[in-house]
Amino acid sequence: MEHDPRVSHAGAGGILFDVAGESFEPAKQHRLWALAESLAAQPIPGLRETVLGINNVLLVVDPLVTHPGRVTEQLLRRWENVQPAVPDSRDVEIDVHYGGDGGEDVASIAAHAGMSANEVVEVHSSAVYTVACLGSMPGFPYLVGLPSRLHVPRRKVPRVRLQEGSVIIAGAQASVLPCAGPCGWHVLGRAGVSLFNPEAPVPCLLAPGDRVHFRCGSID
Amino acid sequence: MLEVLTNGALNIVVDSGRHGFMGIGVSRAGPMDALALDIANALVGNGPEAAAIEVSIFPFRIAFLADMVIAVTGAPCRAELGRHRMPPYWAMRARAGDILSLHPPELGARAYLATAGGLAVSPVLGSRSTEVKASFGGLQGRALRRGDRLDVDLEEADGQTFPHGAAGFGVLTETLAAYWRELQTGTVQLRVLPAAEYDEFTDRARRDFAKASYQVSEESNRTGARLRGDPLALRYRRELLSHGIVPGTIQVPPSGEPIVQLAEANTCGGYPKIATVIERDLWKCGQMRPRTRLTFRPIDLEEAIEALKDGAAELQDLKNTVRGQSCRTPTPS
Repeated sequence: MEHDPRVSHAGAGGILFDVAGESFEPAKQHRLWALAESLAAQPIPGLRETVLGINNVLLVVDPLVTHPGRVTEQLLRRWENVQPAVPDSRDVEIDVHYGGDGGEDVASIAAHAGMSANEVVEVHSSAVYTVACLGSMPGFPYLVGLPSRLHVPRRKVPRVRLQEGSVIIAGAQASVLPCAGPCGWHVLGRAGVSLFNPEAPVPCLLAPGDRVHFRCGSID
Repeated sequence: MLEVLTNGALNIVVDSGRHGFMGIGVSRAGPMDALALDIANALVGNGPEAAAIEVSIFPFRIAFLADMVIAVTGAPCRAELGRHRMPPYWAMRARAGDILSLHPPELGARAYLATAGGLAVSPVLGSRSTEVKASFGGLQGRALRRGDRLDVDLEEADGQTFPHGAAGFGVLTETLAAYWRELQTGTVQLRVLPAAEYDEFTDRARRDFAKASYQVSEESNRTGARLRGDPLALRYRRELLSHGIVPGTIQVPPSGEPIVQLAEANTCGGYPKIATVIERDLWKCGQMRPRTRLTFRPIDLEEAIEALKDGAAELQDLKNTVRGQSCRTPTPS
């Protein structure tokens, strides 16, 4: 049975609309993409931000323009009527240099998963990933589709700094770091790809719905 | 034009913040004390979007290379413009060659310097605010250094009048005075609205959260304030999928010690959220220092909206005062 959406407040103007069950469900994400598109096409008055999460969406409104109660009613109505839709999406290939200094965790992931380093690279680079949403930091893609053999909980102690382009995994998620920063995920390699350029007409390389293919450029 | 005379890894160009890009992971950024920036802009006749300097590293010195009207707001600190003293929340006319010195504040953490017309740095993604984490916006996406020169938007400043004498002019609202008294006691109360996982915390955790005080730790910055205090426990452990968060979100990581997300908060998070500091009180977080103690008062949605209305009315009154129009007496919040 489907859970009812859970609605909670993030301050007077924030409304978190959470449709998640126990784990990620692609069909719900497709409906959320469609919901976000409907909000972009026909915004609720006072809408300031639409932040897609994993099986949830956060709206920020000016509560002095539209009362959050009204926003919730509209969201529920739209959610009931929205048809799952995959946005115009692209296939994006990303070349990865696996292992070595830029991919220090290949060995520990291999040990955890009971496979060889080459198998880790093989499993990671042969899967097809989908961008569920962008967030956390500018242009950061939350990728779903990581094969379950590579599901490893985050590091207990986050690294103080990982380089831009780091190809990372944690739990069921995968990603690439758009800029250097602290990170609690495991790093498998490095890609020379630019995921975010604030000066470009389209600042992010990836958009929700895009499919990502990691290609093994080399292994250290 | 202005020339910065001191280095400061946290002195940055800010405007009202970057809006509409959280969906691609871009933080709101902007001022930590948005009320102080609003008042600084109002004092010099700017619109609310004008860019100014947020000063967190003192002493701060800057030279004016042309005549211009300036305002200093935020943390009350000794401020000298040439041989004049500037009281807190004050506007004055600076002459070409004058130097402004801001000394370490007695209370609070950040001061704001606005110039009539606003700073003429190029907007990136709709805002002039510096994004420290991702290095864009503001002046070349970085903090101000000694020798940096900043232009003023002369077109915006054109036609603005400053009908005050050499002594200048200022405002001080009851809200500000009350907050300074609170800062003096070392303990600050913030109003919060319960968030998504509030009911999943233990009764004891919710009681503690509303009664106990939490201390701002040294590990606090523009991204968030880490707090020290009684750990808050959940009734059961729950893995959350990543979800959008806003500045003001109070997350509780596995250690149980809360983190208050601030201006440069990541746009998504995964930790349980007990509450959110209401929008109206968020500016206060910009003036907390390490060791400031916080208490949280849970309120309901209607109160949070009412508080926002009061804030908007108070700011409008203040703008009317600046324009020399009649105004109501500000009411304490």
